[in-house]
Amino acid sequence: MSTVATTEPILARGKRTSIRTRMQNALPQIVLAPSFAITIIFVYGFIAWTAYLSFTNSKTFPSYALTGARAYQRLWRWTFESDPPSSWYTSITNMGIFGVLYVGICLALGLFLAILLDQKIRGEGILRPIFLYPMALSFIVTGVAWKWFLDPGLGLEQTLHHFGWTSFHFDWIKNKDFVIYTVVIAGVWQASGFVMAMFLAGLRGIDSEIMKAAQIDGATTGQLYRRIVIPLLRPVFLSAFIVLAHMAIKSYDLVVALTSGGPGGSAWLPSNFMYEYTFKRNEMAVGSASAIIMLMTISAIIVPYLYSELKEKAR
Amino acid sequence: MRKFLTSTAMIALAFAGATAAARAADVKEVQMLHWWTSGGEAAALNVLKQDLAKEGYAWKDVPVAGGGGDAAMTALKAMVAAGNYPTASQMLGYTVLDYAQAGVMGDLTATAKKEGWDKSVPAALQKFAVYDGKWVAAPVNVHSVNWLWINKAVMDKIGGTEPKTFDDLIALLDKAKAAGVVPLALGGQNWQEATMFDSIVEATGGPEFYKKAMNDLDEEALKSDTMKKSFDNLAKIIKYVDPNFSGRDWNLATAMVIKGDALVQVMGDWAKGEFVAAKKTPNKDFLCYRFPGTEGSVIYNSDMFGMFNVPDDRKAAQVALATATLSKSFQSAFNVVKGSVPARTDVPDTDFDACGKKGIADLKAANEKGTLFGSLAQGYGAPPAIANAYKDVVSKFVHGQIKTSDEAVKQLVQAIDDAR
Repeated sequence: MSTVATTEPILARGKRTSIRTRMQNALPQIVLAPSFAITIIFVYGFIAWTAYLSFTNSKTFPSYALTGARAYQRLWRWTFESDPPSSWYTSITNMGIFGVLYVGICLALGLFLAILLDQKIRGEGILRPIFLYPMALSFIVTGVAWKWFLDPGLGLEQTLHHFGWTSFHFDWIKNKDFVIYTVVIAGVWQASGFVMAMFLAGLRGIDSEIMKAAQIDGATTGQLYRRIVIPLLRPVFLSAFIVLAHMAIKSYDLVVALTSGGPGGSAWLPSNFMYEYTFKRNEMAVGSASAIIMLMTISAIIVPYLYSELKEKAR
Repeated sequence: MRKFLTSTAMIALAFAGATAAARAADVKEVQMLHWWTSGGEAAALNVLKQDLAKEGYAWKDVPVAGGGGDAAMTALKAMVAAGNYPTASQMLGYTVLDYAQAGVMGDLTATAKKEGWDKSVPAALQKFAVYDGKWVAAPVNVHSVNWLWINKAVMDKIGGTEPKTFDDLIALLDKAKAAGVVPLALGGQNWQEATMFDSIVEATGGPEFYKKAMNDLDEEALKSDTMKKSFDNLAKIIKYVDPNFSGRDWNLATAMVIKGDALVQVMGDWAKGEFVAAKKTPNKDFLCYRFPGTEGSVIYNSDMFGMFNVPDDRKAAQVALATATLSKSFQSAFNVVKGSVPARTDVPDTDFDACGKKGIADLKAANEKGTLFGSLAQGYGAPPAIANAYKDVVSKFVHGQIKTSDEAVKQLVQAIDDAR
């Protein structure tokens, strides 16, 4: 609000403040107020509400009598039920597998594609949007398309059988142990082009003088990238990581569209667990507790990032 | 900053004022929340719209983004929480009772008396339509899930006959397998697997056992050897599905039977709608048998119109809706299209096809004998938390996360206990 405070004396120089000037003064507040109110209520207010509900015994409807941390106790017990796996155990192990592979492969593939595209090749203008295009699709479309493609009776396997390669077998999407990897495949397909664009922008931002100097010093291409380019891309890595990590944690629609939960619920992520328990099973307290745990997971990633960013700015 | 907060508050107030002003009342209108928007279902519901139009009541759908029951229930929750009740909403099983317990349902007892619902609606259904002695919902139909849907051409080709016992069924499936067709068409989604398992439990343990285990949730019954045997039977029958069954939608499984790629599907009578839509005739193109060992009883689920506690000036419209819903003419017209059977037992079966006639007769008999049971998989045996825990266990057993029937029974008892 400091800008408003400094402009006020200048505008008030005419002593009589007309309605018009007063309106002009108030304009920033008026314009900002709705989004401010909406954010306060619908983001932070509801986070607090969810946290509160997770300590109640809410079932179909919210109930407001605090009944202790029973929902968390149940989740905690389920965390260690691995054989046969509880739905929560499946959800969090899937989160681990999906999160690591999705972020890792997207970063690696994105960087690789960006480096290739950065070799001043012809047709870059055509190739770039081709790689970037999947990002423009919604997860539902990606999910349905890959569901058909990976379905053994419909897509890749069937097609190759038609071509005569009848021993080909790829049924991951129907297999409880591998179905989560198909979610990784579809997710990577969608996001790696976007990561590529981020890295490409980073590569273009690197001063060519540095590269030339290194080349004069006799650095090989491998050394050039390993020692100079990739370290210089550190901020891009960080931004890409943050974008991908939060996309991984909030993934829900991809699992639903691609696998509808997988065989015996084996493709669930925590967000699927949260929706199932809150809205389908009328166990609002358990659903809220799982949502709070997801929030804390995201915070564990975002807060250190924000902290380091802000510290750097303060410097 | 203070100015900022003041303007924020003022705009918030303006929003609140606008929503309050938007509430207007119109007596001659029925506001209806439902998810019957696709082909046959929408056509079936049109009959009701026309009946009401004749009496001068306009029909207004409450829009639901996304379609499907889950989205509708989420929308309903929000409406009720805001105190903005629809005249009625399509509801399933325990949802009606949940809302009745929350005290937001209306009271149709006077209408029910006048129309004689007490006598004509099966007692098992009244458990969900009557709360605390008051009628709070109007049942629209009765679906039953213990059916076999068989392609007649395939049946003739393999020389099969109607299976009378579970072992007969296995023998029949073997014949189909030998003839090179997929014996059992199943969609590997948890509710479909559990729906089939409902029938298997009754076939294995008989009606008494089904009621004890699946409706009363008696722990002794759930832990018993009969339950283990039911899981063993499930393991037996699941061997006859094609390798690609996981995640398939139910109507695609039905399509496999219609096309003759598969012999039989175990599914509720909504599957008949698919056969009829494909211009197939019962007993000529397809056969409907009761799941062997469940003959004489009906495992049901039912669609209800839950009636909300609307303001007085809208009550007349609500009564008209309820009366029309349970009128014999609508019950017949609607259920002929929907594939289910009427929710009252005194509706003439003249307009129904062979399967529908059998369904009506079975329902009547089961009602008199006390063998009309709620389907646990469809949410008529226990509240959603328990029903879903049950579906989890069955599905994990089918897909191999749970490996033995001993483990399955242990998990089932534990999961139901957790959800209670």
